[in-house]
Amino acid sequence: MTSAPPVTRARVPSVRPAGRAGFGGLLRAEWTKIRSVRSTVWTLILFVVITVGFTTLFTWLTVANWNGPRAASRDATVASDPIRFILGAGIGLGQLTICVLGALVITTEYSTGVIRASLLAVPRRIQMLAAKVVVFAALLIVVAEIVVFCSFFIGSAILHSRVAVSLSDPGITRAVIGAGLFLSVLGVFALAIGALIRHTAGAITTVIGVVFVLPILSGLLPGSWGAHIDAYLPEQAGSLIDEAHQQSGQLLSPWQGFGVFCLWTAVLLAVAAFLLVRRDA
Amino acid sequence: MIEVRDLTKRYGSKLAVDQLSFTVDPGRVTGFLGPNGAGKSTTMRLVLGLDHPNAGSATINGKPYHELAKPLRTVGALLEVKSVHAGRSARNHLLFLAQTQGLPRARVDEVLGLVGLADVADKRAGSFSLGMSQRLGIAAAMLGDPQVLLLDEPVNGLDPEGVLWIRNLMRQLAAEGRTILVSSHLMNEMAVTADYLIVIGRGRLITESSTQDVIARSTDKSVRVRSPDAARLAELITGAGGAVVPGGTGAPGEPAPANGAGLVTVTGMEAPRIGELAASASIVLHELTPLASLEDAFIELTSGSLEFGKHGPDPVAARDGSAR
Repeated sequence: MTSAPPVTRARVPSVRPAGRAGFGGLLRAEWTKIRSVRSTVWTLILFVVITVGFTTLFTWLTVANWNGPRAASRDATVASDPIRFILGAGIGLGQLTICVLGALVITTEYSTGVIRASLLAVPRRIQMLAAKVVVFAALLIVVAEIVVFCSFFIGSAILHSRVAVSLSDPGITRAVIGAGLFLSVLGVFALAIGALIRHTAGAITTVIGVVFVLPILSGLLPGSWGAHIDAYLPEQAGSLIDEAHQQSGQLLSPWQGFGVFCLWTAVLLAVAAFLLVRRDA
Repeated sequence: MIEVRDLTKRYGSKLAVDQLSFTVDPGRVTGFLGPNGAGKSTTMRLVLGLDHPNAGSATINGKPYHELAKPLRTVGALLEVKSVHAGRSARNHLLFLAQTQGLPRARVDEVLGLVGLADVADKRAGSFSLGMSQRLGIAAAMLGDPQVLLLDEPVNGLDPEGVLWIRNLMRQLAAEGRTILVSSHLMNEMAVTADYLIVIGRGRLITESSTQDVIARSTDKSVRVRSPDAARLAELITGAGGAVVPGGTGAPGEPAPANGAGLVTVTGMEAPRIGELAASASIVLHELTPLASLEDAFIELTSGSLEFGKHGPDPVAARDGSAR
C-alpha cells in the first residue's frame, strides 16, 4: 500500500448539498471519537471492573470477618450506614478511573493534535465542547447507573446476613441513583479541568489533587470556617449524595451537596469554554 | 477565494506575521513560498481560525472561517503538524469529521478510495508511513468536496512518487476551478507546481507574481527602470537580448504601484547597457536602479531565520553562490 493511486481516477465526486448536520451531527461525531479510541474504552471497562469488583471484595471480607478481632467499631459503622459502606467500597477506587477518563477525553485531543481537525470542522468551539460534554455525560450516566445498581445489589446481597438494606428503605434509592449521578458529574468535572490544562499528566494530577488530596488537607483546618471550606469542596459536597440521610453536624443535605458539586463543575466548564474560544489552538 | 488583509500575529515578542496582505484566486495553484520560520504556517492557521490575529483579517469567499456553517464543505486544509489520533483508524478519523458536516458515511469510503487508502481504512493511523499519513490528511481535506484548499508543506518527506501524485492532484483540482494555496520552503518545488507565487520572509510579503516572473527575477540580477516611454524601451531591450517584466519586484524601498507608472524590471542585462540603449533611442529615463536578485533579497530579509544546510551556514557565501 505504498504506490500512489493514479490521479486520473482522482475525479472528485461532488457531495450532495443536503444532509443532516447541526448539533446532532456534532453529537454523533463526539460519540465516534470516544468509541474509536482504545484508551477511553479500556478506562471505562476498568471503571466497571474495579467498582463492581471492589464492592464485592470489601463487602465479602467485611461479612467474613464480622465479629472478628478488631472489627467491632467497623461493624458498628457498617450497621449504622450500610448504603454508604456498600457504595463507598467500590466507588472510592472506581472514581479514580472516572477522573482519568474525563481528563483523557479532552487532553488526548491536544496531545495527538486532533483538536486542530476538530476545530477546523467545528470552528464554533463552544459547540464542540458542549457536544463533547453532552455525549460523555450521557455515556457516564448510563454506565455509572448500571454499575452502582449492580454494586448495590451484589453488596446488599452479601451483607444481607448481617445488615438488611433495601431500595425501599428511606433514602436508599436516592443514594444509589445519586452515586451514579455523582460519578457522571465527576467525569465532567475532570473533563473541564482537562480542557483548562490541556496536558494529560497535568490534568490528571490536578483532578486527583482536588478530589483526593484537598479533602485530607481541608479536614485538618481548624474552626468553623475550616469546616465550611471542607464541606463545600467539590468531592466532599458531591459525595454526600450517596448517604441515606443527612448526618448530624453535616452542613449540607445530600442534594445540597450535589448541587454545590454541580455548581463547581458548571463554573469550571464556563471558564474552560471561555479560554477555549480565546486561546490559540 | 482567500483574502488576507494587513494580517498581523505576535507570539510574545516575536512578530510571526507582519501586516501581510494577499489574495488567492481560484483556478490556479498559488504557491506560498518562504524559508522555514517565515510565517507560512502561522498565516494558514490564522486563515483557518485556529489562531487569532492581533490585527487584520482573513476571509474565505468573503467570510471569516468561523462564520462558515459547514466549513469542511467550503475549505479543506492539510496542516503540517499531525492532527490524527495514532490509535484511531483512518476510517473513524474521517467518519467523525464527516459527521460534523452532515456528510454521508459513503463519502468517507469515496475519499479513502480517492487517496488510495481503502485497503488500510481500518488500520490504526499510527501504523501509517509518512506518505500514507499525508494521503490521509489529503482525504480529510477533500472530505467536504471544498472549493478552497490550503495545503501546508504537503510534499515534505514524501518519496518522488508521492510528490508527483500530490502535484498532479493539485493541478487537477485547480483546473476544476478550485482555489489552491500550497506552501513550501523550496523554490524548486514551487517552480514546477505553482502557477502563481506569494513569497514571504519574516512574516512580510516579499513579492507576488506569476511563477515564471519570480523565477526569472530570482535567478538573474535585475534592474529597475522607470521611463515615460517604457513600452518602446522594452522593445529595444528585448531586441538586444534582455527580458522585461512590467512592474517592480516588490523589493524594499520600491514605490507603491500607484506611483509605478512606466515601471519595468529588466533581467539579463546590466544597467549601463540599458542606459546606452535608452540614450541611443533618445528615451528619457526617470530611474535606473540595479537590484539584487530576488533570492538575494530573500536571504537578506530572512537570514536570521534560514535553516542552515540549505544554502550553507555562511550567509555571505550563500549570497555569492546564488548570484552566480
